[in-house]
Parts: sequence; C-alpha cells; structure tokens
Amino acid sequence: MIASVIALVGVVAQEDTEPLIRWIWISDHLDDIVTQGIQHLYLTVASVAIGFAIAFPLAVLASRRRRVAAPITWVMGILYTIPAIAFIFLLLPITGFSLTTVVIPLIAYSLLILFRNTLAGLDGVDADVKEAAVGMGLSRRQVLWKVEIPLALPVIIAGLRIATVSAIGLVTIAALIGRGGFGQFIQDGLQTFFWTPLLVGVVLSVLLAFLADVLLLFVQRLTTPWTRASGTRVLTT
Amino acid sequence: MTAMISLQQIEKRYPGTAAPAVDGLSLDIAEGETVALVGPSGCGKTTTLKMINRLIEPTGGRLLIDGTDVLQRDPVDLRRGIGYVIQQTGLMPHRTIRQNMATVPKLLGWSDERTAPRIEELTEIFDLDPELLDRYPAELSGGQRQRVGVARALAADPPVMLMDEPFAAVDPIVRARLQDQFLDIQERLNKTIVFVTHDIDEAIKLSNRIAILNVGGKLEQYAPAEEILREPANDFVREFVGAERGLKRLALIKVGDIPLEDGPVVAPTASADEARAAIDAGGFDFVSVIADGELLGWVGRDMLAGKATVADSTPRPFTAYVTARDSLRQALDSIVTSRTGVAVVATEGQRYKGILTLERISQEIIS
Repeated sequence: MIASVIALVGVVAQEDTEPLIRWIWISDHLDDIVTQGIQHLYLTVASVAIGFAIAFPLAVLASRRRRVAAPITWVMGILYTIPAIAFIFLLLPITGFSLTTVVIPLIAYSLLILFRNTLAGLDGVDADVKEAAVGMGLSRRQVLWKVEIPLALPVIIAGLRIATVSAIGLVTIAALIGRGGFGQFIQDGLQTFFWTPLLVGVVLSVLLAFLADVLLLFVQRLTTPWTRASGTRVLTT
Repeated sequence: MTAMISLQQIEKRYPGTAAPAVDGLSLDIAEGETVALVGPSGCGKTTTLKMINRLIEPTGGRLLIDGTDVLQRDPVDLRRGIGYVIQQTGLMPHRTIRQNMATVPKLLGWSDERTAPRIEELTEIFDLDPELLDRYPAELSGGQRQRVGVARALAADPPVMLMDEPFAAVDPIVRARLQDQFLDIQERLNKTIVFVTHDIDEAIKLSNRIAILNVGGKLEQYAPAEEILREPANDFVREFVGAERGLKRLALIKVGDIPLEDGPVVAPTASADEARAAIDAGGFDFVSVIADGELLGWVGRDMLAGKATVADSTPRPFTAYVTARDSLRQALDSIVTSRTGVAVVATEGQRYKGILTLERISQEIIS
C-alpha cells in the first residue's frame, strides 16, 4: 500500500490536470464510505474470529499432544503460501461472488499466525506455576482456563493483532470480485485514473488497521494488568 | 504413635528404563513429624515426595494417609487436602498475593467470609506486610515469595504438607531466616511435613527424622539427625553426611541437655586473696563474679594486683555467654573466642548456671 502511494505521487506529479484530492468527491460519497467501512470491518472481524475459533482449540490440543503440532503447522503453512488472488479465483466456481469467497482465504491466512502464537503462549507458561497449580488440586480444565490461558494472553493477543492488521490489508484484494470494503475505492481509482477514491481507500485502510491494533493493545493491557508489575518480563513475539 | 503417612513397598518404574526410580520403599511418618528426604541426585527423593500427592503415579505398593489408601482416591480431591510447596514457589504471576493464598480455599468452595480472615491470619503468622496482599508476585522479593508459597500451602489448614526444596532458591541469609520462621510456625501448627532437600544441614536443622536414600530409593537410614550423626548406619550415610559430623552433632545438642561444671565463683565483696585462692582452686586463670546469683563478670589474677576486694578490681563483663537453649556448637564458639577459654552458662536474665569447658564438650561427642 505504501509503495502504491509513493508510485501514485510520482504519477500525480506529471498529471497537473487532476488534483490529488477532490474534497467534493468525499462529501458526495460519505454514505458509500461508511458502507464500505462496515463491510471492511465485518470481513476482518468475521475471518479473524472464525480463524481463532479454529486455531485456538488446535493450539490447546497441540500443547497437550506435542506430536500433532508439526502436521498442523505444516497444513496451515501450505494454506498460508497460496497467493490471495489465486485463492479467491480458485474458490469462485464453488462459492461464487459471495462474501464466503473472501472470508475463506482470509481465515486461511490468519490460522498460522493465530495457531503459532497461541501455542507459543501456552508453551511459555512457567512449568513451576503449572506444577504448583496441579499440586494444589486444580483439575486439568482449571489449569487451562485459570492458569495457562490467562498467562498466555499477552502472546495470544499479540497474534490477534498481527492477524487483524494483515486481514485488514488483505480485504482490499477482495475488491477484485466486488467485495473489498475500502479496496473498492482503490480499485475504482486505479481503473479510472481518479486519485481521490484511491487515496481515500488507502488512507482509510491504514487508519482502520492502526485503530484495530490500538484497540487490541488496549484490550491486552486491560486483561493483563499483572504484566506491568515491576520486574515482570512480558513475552511478545 | 500412629503413622500419618505410610509408604508401603512403594515403587515407581518408568517405561523403557532398566532400573526403577524408586524400588519398594517403605517409610512411616508420624503425625506432627517433620521428615526430610535426602540423598544424591537420582535417589528418587523428589519422585517419592510427588508420589504422596500423586503428581507422580506409583507403579506399585501402597500409600496411606491417615489410614486411607491414597491410590483409591480422586487425585484432584486428594491434592486439595495436602499442602504443596515447591522451590520456585510456583505463585501464579497473574494473581495477586491474596488471590494466590486463596487458591485452595476457593477450590474447596469456602465463602469469602471464611477465606478473608484466614488470609489475614496467615499474613500475621508469616509476618507478611498486609500491603503486599494486593501486589502481584513479581513485585515481591524472593524471600517474601517463598513465605507466600508456604502460607498458600497452609491456607486450607491441611494436616499434611509436602515441600520440594522449599528454601533452595533464596540466598543463605534469607534461607536461614526462613528456616527459623518455619521452625517457629511448625512448633505452633504441628503439621505432618515431608520435605526434600539436597542440603544435609537443612535436613538436620528442620527435621525430626531424616530418611537418607540411595539410588533407586533404597532407604539407607531413617533416624533422628542426632542418631544419624552419632551412628551412621553404613559408609554411604557416613560419606553423605560428610565431614564435621562432630560439629554438626554439637549443633543438635542443647547446653541444657548436659551436666555443667560449677566453675570458680566469688562474691564482689570477697577479698583479693580469696579471689586468688578461687582462681587457683578452679584451675583456670579467672574467676566469675556473682552477686546473689547474678553474673557480674570475671576477674583475672593480674587485675587483682594491689586491690583489696574483688569489686575494687572492676570485674570485666563476659563478652558472650550461652544459655541452656543454645547448642553445644554455640558454646564451642564461645569457648574458642573468649579470653577465658570456657563458655559461661547463664539464663537470659544473667543468672549464673555454671561453665562449659572444651574437655566437657569433647567428652559428650566421644561418648
């Protein structure tokens, strides 16, 4: 995105007929901007949430049964390497121009990040703390929910932040099939050599990513007050 | 005395290993007793400890606590009734000290009205600053964390407590303080305690009986520290308890446990000649000055020169004296560091009791 902005500025410098921003376009398209913004947010949240719902139990399983960690990572790694555009076109015959066609690749990309971070978070929990918890009479389930997950939370949320920010970027590609949120403006702008929507799309995408990141960071600080106790080392990846 | 904890031919065999980690160990631990499991690494002392609360599942034998078969019970339920302390404390970093201490009461379903006063009580017993209760473990010093670890284990007042190298992670000064505090608290609470240590001195200091284990959980000797030091069962034990057995034994015998010598004494009103006579009769080069049973100090021959009475020679106070509750080791220290070459024994209120000499102490060791 940043590269395209730089390229754009270069092109714009030669084009003196068309200004970089036509403010009138923005005020004329406010409704459209809000609609695409909701769409963008919806696609992001849906894919990260579903991705997490799949990755989280798998990570818990992998932390219990070490042997399954490698095959899960392997499958998720393959999904991660499929180019997003190719993935969307592969799905077109099956799911058509629906939101599903967009959400499935987005989920696929979030899986590896979410799985790896959740597993790293659970693995990072001090063995002594777990042993003492079991020794005091916490059941396996209690050890997971009352000890391991709370202590893994900083690393799990770090994973959610990366997955969310990447998903917000990737959603723009879905404009190719008319389901792109802010990506729609970018595509329109590129097709018509009309810079205003393009810039609006890029800036709003970046802004959304930034806000989502800050929001999740805030959630993390709220849920893990103990990480700011003096002398505590906070694990982040 | 009935056994509170009874290990009967307990065995732990790990799959794929030739020799069992613990091979048929039997051990009875009486109610209110503190037993130390010691031995070289690989002797199975930690394995044995963890089999008692089934963190490690025994592969053979029987294990009774208070007469009931531990292996028939639900392990989670069992553990809630046994205090457990580990070296690194295992405090939950995301819970405040108060929440950490409330862990087992909460698992047992105690009401807040019952838990809160219990935590206050423990805070007092363990001499913790109440302000610490709302801090996180990372905000405490190592010694404080260790105390919280033990306090947490005692929160639901279990009759039995297991401790795995409880004081090994702190520096020697803090460790000595924690050990003293442990002894004080144990004297009051009278729990049945099994602890693992690699430090024979810690075992000697804290336990009523020491179980010395060899590789494979073979019990080499199970006896009070004093007996192990006096009569090591075999070469293994002799080597394990190490050098300075005599000195270590001295640390276990109290001054009050052995007969004292009267030692030379004079009143401050006595004449210099009388004092000189007492010095000669006593066979030392000093005489203790006593007024109505109260120890004032001592005078030497040279101090009496040209003086009419003992009081005129201004007796010097003893820089150190020992009480009946001190150990012979402390008495020995007093002997070798004092100018008089003996340890003077008095009560804490400075009432004179007698003296201890080097000969007297070494007699005690040889006998």
